[in-house]
Amino acid sequence: MSTRRRLASAFLGFAVAATTASAALAQKQYDTGATDTEIKIGNIVPYSGPASAYGSVGKAMAAVFKKVNDEGGINGRKINFISYDDGYSPPKTVEQARKLVESDEVLLLVGTLGTAPNTAIQKYLNSKKVPQLFVATGATKWNEPKTFPWTMGWLPSYQSESRIYAKYLSKEKPGAKVAVLYQNDDMGKDYLKGLKDGFGADASRIVAEESYEVSEPTVDSHVVKIKSANPDVLLLYTTPKFGAQAIKKLGEMNWKPVTIVSNVSASTAAVMKPAGIENSQGVISAAYAKDVSDPQWASDAGIKAFDDLLAKYLPEMNRIDSSAMTGYNLATTMVEVLRRCGDNLTRENVMKQAQSLKQFAQGGLLPGVTLTTSATDYMPIEQLQLMQFKGERWQLFGEVISGEIAGN
Amino acid sequence: MSAAEEVVTEAPAVEAVPKRAMTLGYGTSLVVLAALILTPLFVKNFVIFQMTMLLIYGLAVLALNILTGGSGQFSLGQSAFYAIGAYTTAILMEHFNVNYALTLPVAGVICFGAGFLFGQPALRLSGIYLALATFALALAMPQLLKLGFLEHWTGGVQGLVVTKPDAPFGLPLSQDMWLYYFTLAVSIGIYIASVNLLRSRSGRALMSIRDNEIAASAMGVNVALYKTLAFGVSAGITGIAGGLGAIAVQFVAPDGYTITLAISLFVGMVVGGVGWLPGSIVGSAFIIFVPNIAEGISKGLSGAVFGVLLFLVIYLVPHGARQVALVAQQLTAKLKRN
Repeated sequence: MSTRRRLASAFLGFAVAATTASAALAQKQYDTGATDTEIKIGNIVPYSGPASAYGSVGKAMAAVFKKVNDEGGINGRKINFISYDDGYSPPKTVEQARKLVESDEVLLLVGTLGTAPNTAIQKYLNSKKVPQLFVATGATKWNEPKTFPWTMGWLPSYQSESRIYAKYLSKEKPGAKVAVLYQNDDMGKDYLKGLKDGFGADASRIVAEESYEVSEPTVDSHVVKIKSANPDVLLLYTTPKFGAQAIKKLGEMNWKPVTIVSNVSASTAAVMKPAGIENSQGVISAAYAKDVSDPQWASDAGIKAFDDLLAKYLPEMNRIDSSAMTGYNLATTMVEVLRRCGDNLTRENVMKQAQSLKQFAQGGLLPGVTLTTSATDYMPIEQLQLMQFKGERWQLFGEVISGEIAGN
Repeated sequence: MSAAEEVVTEAPAVEAVPKRAMTLGYGTSLVVLAALILTPLFVKNFVIFQMTMLLIYGLAVLALNILTGGSGQFSLGQSAFYAIGAYTTAILMEHFNVNYALTLPVAGVICFGAGFLFGQPALRLSGIYLALATFALALAMPQLLKLGFLEHWTGGVQGLVVTKPDAPFGLPLSQDMWLYYFTLAVSIGIYIASVNLLRSRSGRALMSIRDNEIAASAMGVNVALYKTLAFGVSAGITGIAGGLGAIAVQFVAPDGYTITLAISLFVGMVVGGVGWLPGSIVGSAFIIFVPNIAEGISKGLSGAVFGVLLFLVIYLVPHGARQVALVAQQLTAKLKRN
């Protein structure tokens, strides 16, 4: 090849490269935090302090993103997952969120944990128009697209779950007298509200509402008091320790109402076993995710993928830690949303894609439980399936039920 | 109690010239002040926010320093006063639409009252027993804020969201920068007032109580009054810091004011140097930035790394920043002589 021809072909090549590059540039749109090679996303989880057990959420999320990166990333871009510790202290959450947005310059925040920490940064992130996606809390307040268009929930809310119990009771036990024992905080009150809303005009069938404080050593006296109202159904909207105490007390009193415990307290290891397996027989609860310790999922593809991930990227994690499953599921949804964004990685498009999930199924969720969102529905998971404790484990029964609540 | 009290009794602050030992020289003060005024012009908003928090925690550490370094009383309950101040500001701003600047004196006065009242029973206690009583106060505070009948005002577990103020008179400053200079002005005012307090007759009375209570009362110092006053002043300043903190963070919730905060402030005071007021800001920097550094070194072991760093500081410079400053002063003096 002569020098001239070589030059000419080089020129041609350059011209072709330039046109394709500019054509590609025209399609690609980026906001802060996204480039041709990288997507920066932020996260805040308590790795230290009193709530550090939830640190598993962040660790599992990091493992998912690492795996995605090893497999080539999302549309050719690697995920740079920056996760900070706030020790569950809201002032620290604000500092870390500002660091992520203003110093690390992330595209979005995902899976930040806790109601108070998320409330502390909600206004700031919305004023900066930074997506606050899939917050890891069960409060109902994350479904307010009009006031906070950049904040989206993920977990089924306590109210949704409670509505499902109301639906079940209205159908299966019409006319039965209902009593509630709830923890006197935002969680317990959300649960109670969901139940009343679910019963609607029928709410007068609630014959006893008994609340306890987290600081009380035991709820035994409350259970005794509830029995004096002689209800047919007892709902326990408690945290695990108190759930176990209440179920045990029922056994000791030899009183067997239809007993429902919240998903929060549905742990086999932390509630049913301490309460006594024989006392726990027949207790009802609801679930949205697969229980890793349940033998019926032993050969399930979704659980196998989860186990493989832990084995390769997070061997020190205890697989039955339900927070790890939550983190895994959250990160899976995030990956899907980013994949759908394609080359348009603007914050606006991320929100648009997050709003457009239509019955999206994930391996870690129960069959039939799917994620659905819209411009007015910022609550991806609203379905749960009822389950009953039989033998030494939970058995799912009935259809997947929806506890949908309209956004505002 | 011996270790901490030793620090206090050995402190140069109690020597003949408390004036110099307690503060920085004029030259150094001006340099620090200039740095505090000019730095925000060149850094990102996030760093300005961190500097605001630095000043706020600095004020809270200063308040503890007056109590412990000045009157020799211990407190692990500063987070309670900080919380009262923060909630006072938040409630006044959000429920009564009071201007943020006006909420601070109210927070200060309420906390002064709370501290003064708490100081009454605390009079009967000393040393570790007092520390324990204040510890109880710090433990109780987050739960008190969740009480049902207060929920209408405090927002219960959910807390209260606070609106951040804009710069007044249409000044071309960002919210963060305005809040920083506002906080700086308040901090300088309180710092100067504190220095003057400790240099005054009352300050000497406080220090005499710290050094020897019996001797102090023999000289006619009203021990009970001055001890409770020290508690009140300290709580009042902490309350103002809490109010500023609520405005800067834009949110108050019981989870933000746990015992961890009280212990952090205590750590800040020891690292800064007990009884040396300028050390407050060094201590504040330590409790804000060192946990971040520790997290950078190891996420899973951030607490352990923080512990090791704290241990190193206490082991190498047991008198904190004051010791470093003294060594630096001696070195410069030596250099000048040569």
